[in-house]
Amino acid sequence: MITFDGVTKRYADGTVAVDDLSLEVPTGAITVFVGPSGCGKTTSLRMINRMIDPSQGRVLLDGKDVTTVDPATLRRGIGYVIQQAGLFPHRRIVDNVATVPLLLGWDKKKARDRAMELLERVGLDPKMARRYPFQLSGGQQQRVGVARALAADPPVLLMDEPFSAVDPIVRASLQEELLRLQSELHKTIVFVTHDIDEAVKLGDTVAVLRVGGKLAQIAAPADLLSGPADDFVREFLGRDRGIRRLGFVPAKDLALDPAPEGVTPEGHGTFNPARDSLRAALDAALLSPDGLAVAVDDDGRVLGVVGQAALVGAARG
Amino acid sequence: MDEPLVRWDWIARNWDNGGPTSVKVLLENHIVMAFVPVVAGLLIAIPLGLACARYRWLYQPTVGIMNVVYSLPSLALFSILLSVTGLTQTTVIIPLTLFSLAVLIPAVVDGMRSVPDHVRQSAVAMGFQPYRRLVSVELPIAVPVVLAGLRVAAVSSISLVSVGALIGQGGLGYLFIDGWQRQFYTPIVVGIVLVVALALVADLVIIAAQRLLTPWARRRA
Ligand SMILES: Nc1ncnc2c1ncn2[C@@H]1O[C@H](COP(=O)(O)OP(=O)(O)OP(=O)(O)O)[C@@H](O)[C@H]1O
Ligand SMILES: [Mg+2]
Repeated sequence: MITFDGVTKRYADGTVAVDDLSLEVPTGAITVFVGPSGCGKTTSLRMINRMIDPSQGRVLLDGKDVTTVDPATLRRGIGYVIQQAGLFPHRRIVDNVATVPLLLGWDKKKARDRAMELLERVGLDPKMARRYPFQLSGGQQQRVGVARALAADPPVLLMDEPFSAVDPIVRASLQEELLRLQSELHKTIVFVTHDIDEAVKLGDTVAVLRVGGKLAQIAAPADLLSGPADDFVREFLGRDRGIRRLGFVPAKDLALDPAPEGVTPEGHGTFNPARDSLRAALDAALLSPDGLAVAVDDDGRVLGVVGQAALVGAARG
Repeated sequence: MDEPLVRWDWIARNWDNGGPTSVKVLLENHIVMAFVPVVAGLLIAIPLGLACARYRWLYQPTVGIMNVVYSLPSLALFSILLSVTGLTQTTVIIPLTLFSLAVLIPAVVDGMRSVPDHVRQSAVAMGFQPYRRLVSVELPIAVPVVLAGLRVAAVSSISLVSVGALIGQGGLGYLFIDGWQRQFYTPIVVGIVLVVALALVADLVIIAAQRLLTPWARRRA
């Protein structure tokens, strides 16, 4: 667990980047820091691995004040991924990924084997291992950045707008990949973004910061969408909060009606109650000419139907 | 005049005649006097350049001094040094070293500045200590820019050595004075060809080193 305890950062020129920040980042979950440009997200993140030290207050990692730990030692146990990936241009991909293991004194063979394993894990072709960074696309470089951060299996991962420099399609696939990795690895991740959609998609917890470095609200994504604390958060969340919130409500509790004679998945919108959200179910109903969303199981068998009225009722909670 | 531009028999007789002004000896002297200042310059420029990159306030004064030195006529420098080092190769090597510093210090500084900030930051974040970061991340990335400076320094050093002929230590430069005094063109042509060839070879060697050392550098279109 990472704890911010009354943390303030005042830069030499007097700028207060972070103002009396107190919050907890739970172990094994993704916590997103989100907010407009200049609200102190990067500063907050860098106080965790001591690239910046607080002016006041403490940052605790598993109960221990990070400023009491040697910076290099601390950092080797914390993965760090940034927007431009920060790969070493003069090293091959495999050696980039093996960087931290080698710093930790692993032998070369073991470090390289580990690097190859990670490249595969983040979905990169092993052929890429011998290339130099300039020979990779932006999205591929980001994957290498993630692999490199994970190489020494650190319990904590800091990610500063890692996906904001790639196009929306690549970004979406990198986000999926991160969620998939996280479901296997259960790292303690602090993820910084200025994109609220990314925040609610990835975060188990979302901390909204406002300019001046103050915490505006910290909550689970669904709670954030249904109950913004003030006008700033409401404004920042943007339009369609109601619909977007439904993305976090599982469809499994919907009461299904028996499917009328002749209603088949063909020609209807379908959803899978075991996996999908209320939003998917509502979308399915809107796609069906008769307004019925057809519930199907993993094998495509029809479980029943739900009408629009029932869905709207469920959506209101 | 039916005198040919190049008298091949002169070249044959003077290439290796055992005397101190045989073309071979002049060529060897020329290489030494051109090479030593560049190597010495590089060895001095690396620490000075690193200091300038680290402490920004040092950079402007250093470059200022170097530019003043660069603007001094070599003859003036020779005259000052003559009283100390006499009519020796050292009198030529010292000013040329200063000239090469004027090129190499900015090259090292620019090289260090060519390290992208995000690369430096991520090295810090991965737990590199400052010395290891310098040696295994920053310096290797600076190599292409430093080598570009080295090419300029090497070629200009090779051409500048000739001026030393005015104090009797000019390597191939002797051939220019000799030819001019005797109104005899063969030594002049030989001198020019060898100096240009030397410059080309030095340049090619550095380019080859660059290819070898930095296969990662994006090939310029
Ligand atoms: N080294 C510095 N010296 C002075 N002020 C700084 C320094 N670094 C950042 N700041 C200021 O501190 C504030 C917070 O900066 P920070 O980089 O943490 O913001 P951010 O939320 O990460 O912004 P962005 O989304 O644009 O990356 C900004 O006003 C910034 O100008
Ligand atoms: Mg930032």
